[in-house]
Amino acid sequence: MSPLLELRGVEKSFGAVQVLRGVDLSVQAGRVTALVGDNGAGKSTLVKGMAGIHLFDAGDYLFEGEPVKVTSPKDAAALGIEVVYQDLALCDNLDVVHNMFLGREMRRLRLVDEDTMEQRARETLDGLSVRTLKSVRTPVASLSGGQRQTVAIARAVLWNSKLVILDEPTAALGVAQTEQVLRLVRRLADRGLGVVLISHNLNDVFEVADDIAVLHLGRMVGQIEAASTTRERVVQAITTGVVPEGGAA
Amino acid sequence: MSLDTDDPTVAAAPDPEPDNSLGGIFRAYLAKLKGGEVGSLPAVLGLVALVVVFSALRPEQFTNSFNFANLIGQSAGVTVLAMGLVFVLLLGEIDLSAGFAGGTCAGVLGVFLTRQDWPLIPALLMALAAGAIIGLSIGLLVARLGIPSFVVTLAAFLGLQGVLLSMIGEGGTIPYRNDFINGLNNANLPVWLGWALGIVGIVGYAASTYVADARRRAKNLTVQPILLWALKTGLLTVVVLAVVGYLSVERSRNPALTSLKGVPVSLLVIVGLLIVLTFMLTRTAWGRHVYAVGGNAEAARRAGINVFRVRLSCFILCSTMAAAAGIMIASRTNSVNPNTGGETTLLYAVGAAVIGGTSLFGGKGRVIDAVIGGTVVAVIDNGMGLLDQPQGTVWMVTGLVLLVAASVDALSRRRASATGHV
Repeated sequence: MSPLLELRGVEKSFGAVQVLRGVDLSVQAGRVTALVGDNGAGKSTLVKGMAGIHLFDAGDYLFEGEPVKVTSPKDAAALGIEVVYQDLALCDNLDVVHNMFLGREMRRLRLVDEDTMEQRARETLDGLSVRTLKSVRTPVASLSGGQRQTVAIARAVLWNSKLVILDEPTAALGVAQTEQVLRLVRRLADRGLGVVLISHNLNDVFEVADDIAVLHLGRMVGQIEAASTTRERVVQAITTGVVPEGGAA
Repeated sequence: MSLDTDDPTVAAAPDPEPDNSLGGIFRAYLAKLKGGEVGSLPAVLGLVALVVVFSALRPEQFTNSFNFANLIGQSAGVTVLAMGLVFVLLLGEIDLSAGFAGGTCAGVLGVFLTRQDWPLIPALLMALAAGAIIGLSIGLLVARLGIPSFVVTLAAFLGLQGVLLSMIGEGGTIPYRNDFINGLNNANLPVWLGWALGIVGIVGYAASTYVADARRRAKNLTVQPILLWALKTGLLTVVVLAVVGYLSVERSRNPALTSLKGVPVSLLVIVGLLIVLTFMLTRTAWGRHVYAVGGNAEAARRAGINVFRVRLSCFILCSTMAAAAGIMIASRTNSVNPNTGGETTLLYAVGAAVIGGTSLFGGKGRVIDAVIGGTVVAVIDNGMGLLDQPQGTVWMVTGLVLLVAASVDALSRRRASATGHV
């Protein structure tokens, strides 16, 4: 099966600093691909390139087997690529429905169609088996960190997206809420979406990821199947930039 | 049910069965208040208290229908100005120039209508366009160059004061000689028309909200209890009928000479603008984007909202509303002078919006806040005048009320962030 998203030899420099030096990455539909690496490895740059915020200097960008040009976040959204950023970007003064449809309000007769929006928000949350939200008309400010993350993720899958990129979704969460969000991430993949999970936390990675892609100083050390490797090997790959013997898939 | 459990055994209850009894509605409202969502309640309570006090102290003068109609006319300019300011305040910005922008636009109207002898409609459009251009300039400087709105509008406040003065001339005035313009803030509707519009308004509100609620109920969406709908409709009916009834009484001191009765045209202007602007703010995508930009501009930007355009449009709307307010103020005296829209006008208008419950921190506020707050300011001004208080005392009391309102805003925000509401 051809991968949902494939990058071949992408490069990116900011002035004299080369951040990405020929990175390959492939993301399969229905699988969670964790992107790990130390600070400065180029994770954020890689993700921003996929999201269309930065342009790659060189390399191929294939989506569903076709070469595509992603030059703006709009292009990415049109392909079905959604990014959930670390700081979530929610409006505290608006409720769950308005946040989920922010900037993409449904309209009927040029007016905001509150009824349909609320119905679809509810359906999407139910489809993700989210039972933690009491009412979709609650202002986001009154939600817990995990609930806010849930809203941000639900917003990403509202538009029949095919690939969801999550930037450190559990960074600021407690144990129970981390569990909740990881289960949600798993459910996205089980529904057939491609998921890219950026994380520092290897516990999280091993709990949900199917594939682990390790970046080291702008190079892809290797993409390993999670089931075939161990924590220690991944840690070693992250720190030394070499996949230890027997660790490669 | 705990909010944070994701246990599949917990039943998927989309919304807990709401308590639709009177007690349930009251408890839900109380919970909202405790969470820091006080809305206009402090202003409404304050208004009631002020009316009671002034009625007790000056029963003859304060409560008669002549003074009531007078009060509406006095407050019209400030209220319309405050309605425009709500949009800028929602962004977390301020417009200090709105008062003199209104004066300048009223001056433009005078120049074209009286000096150039233009017909009404083109002259009126020129005045409103002048407002839009002022707003466009301020908006560009704030939203494009990133100069703080406080500084830009402070400069515009000084500059427009000068424009108005040089347009009219030192110590001069431009009279309006147009019945429509002068009628805006002096004339009354025929009694039958006041009643007709009042009843159309009540029936329109009741029917449209009932139909919308029924549709939502059929789709199994969150909806207010029918009892709450009935309470709101009942309250609106009582208020509208009382106001129209009171204003339909003969209030001329010498009815044989000139009859004075009916709903003032200015009230119709205020209610009309209230409905249109509320509709824009709550039912259009643009209105949602105004709240979004005021709540979290970065989130709005990432969601693909054109933050620059939203900001610009709010400043344009505010100054255009200021033009309307300036014309209302000038209409009251049938003329424009270099002080139209000056003195305390702008400060009263900002005070009105804040007293009504619009937050200075952005993201929270409604157009009706301006009307409620404007009424509070007008009642203080009018009532203190009847008590023969010197102007100094009036200003001190108004300042104190504004301070109380701003404290309520800040305290409810703290309360809200503590309980997680906004």
